[in-house]
Amino acid sequence: MTLKYLPGVATLKLATARCTGCGMCVKVCPRAVFVIKEGKAVVTDADLCMECGACAMNCAPEAVTVTKGVGCAQAVIKGFLRGTEPDCGCGDDTSCC
Amino acid sequence: MSQNPAGEAAARPTPGPAVESVTPDYTAADRFASWKARWGIGRLGCRIKPGLYALGTPSAASRVFASANYRLSFDALRRNLKGLDAWLLVLDTKGINVWCAAGKGAFGTLELTRSILGTGLEKLVSHRNITLPQLGAPGVSAHRVKAYTGFSVTYGPARAEDIPEFLRLGATTPEMRGVRFGIMERLVLAPVQLVIFGKYLVPASLLLYFSGLKADAALTAGALLAGGLVLPALLPWLPGRSFSVKGALAGLAVTAVLAPFLGLDAYQLAARAPICAAAASFIAMDFTGASTYTSLSGVKKEMRAALPAQALSLLAGLAMLALKRFL
Repeated sequence: MTLKYLPGVATLKLATARCTGCGMCVKVCPRAVFVIKEGKAVVTDADLCMECGACAMNCAPEAVTVTKGVGCAQAVIKGFLRGTEPDCGCGDDTSCC
Repeated sequence: MSQNPAGEAAARPTPGPAVESVTPDYTAADRFASWKARWGIGRLGCRIKPGLYALGTPSAASRVFASANYRLSFDALRRNLKGLDAWLLVLDTKGINVWCAAGKGAFGTLELTRSILGTGLEKLVSHRNITLPQLGAPGVSAHRVKAYTGFSVTYGPARAEDIPEFLRLGATTPEMRGVRFGIMERLVLAPVQLVIFGKYLVPASLLLYFSGLKADAALTAGALLAGGLVLPALLPWLPGRSFSVKGALAGLAVTAVLAPFLGLDAYQLAARAPICAAAASFIAMDFTGASTYTSLSGVKKEMRAALPAQALSLLAGLAMLALKRFL
């Protein structure tokens, strides 16, 4: 069964006009968000997206954009307390994941 | 190992002092180290020295696999390359696994580039290809690595155990690219959650127990188990999409299960239930970080509603307890 998180929140955007249909996004996405249809990438279900950013990182024509982040409550709390971006603190001396 | 033509054997590079050898064998000591890592014991000892390793007797034509310098990542890779001769390039990810390190960019374009250039990989192998775990992709820009080093990146499967099948097919299948989050994947992550929150709740529970508040001691331990164990175990079946709702319900369920043994009247139980639910909900929310499908946008949205609700629930329970005591 596919676990799904909150609907309608993912920041994933695909500019189809820039897409070259190389299929890199399909290969790197761990949530099967993309398929290639008629030579272009298509988003099947944006609610599956976990905003890991793999697609955008590996999209040479920069057709895919997403605000990358870790979906981790501890990171959000730490970021809030320190006044920084969410940070899971998997730094030099600790590890959360 | 494949036979090398005579001419090629002479051209084969001999691993210099910079290249250490490694075996695919998984020993009792490895198993113990992995168990310690799961329980968060001495995680600093989980680091592998970054650099290039020779698995078996690799040649200039052998495949290059990249990994993180976290023991569990490295072990998963080498164990699944049994019978193969390969080069293993271990990136310096500060002892963090591939997925988390990729999220932070430590397993990333720059570190991979630095590692390829620093180890002199281009002199050891005749091809220009490097196989990365798919879960390293959030940190690595394949086209940039190609531009910086000349090496093209092939993304392998998400899980190391699919490597033999990936090598056989020469490509990943949709099944190999999915992150599975079945009951075993979830339960293996429960110990870390129990340790993080047990640090506070186990002493609290003992303190309550020895203060004669046995029911409260049981509920404190119950909240820990509800959020830290019941939630991971029953994640797909607990109602709701947000972890805090699932956790609150787990907390209430555990309270209900414990109720007959607590010897509390209805009012006393009703006062404690929202406290237990709030605690379980908070612990459960933390599991978003361990899960493999939550987004930052989603977690932020969840927390904006959940944190005030948890605080109110806690205060309501405490108010009920105080009311009975002081009025």
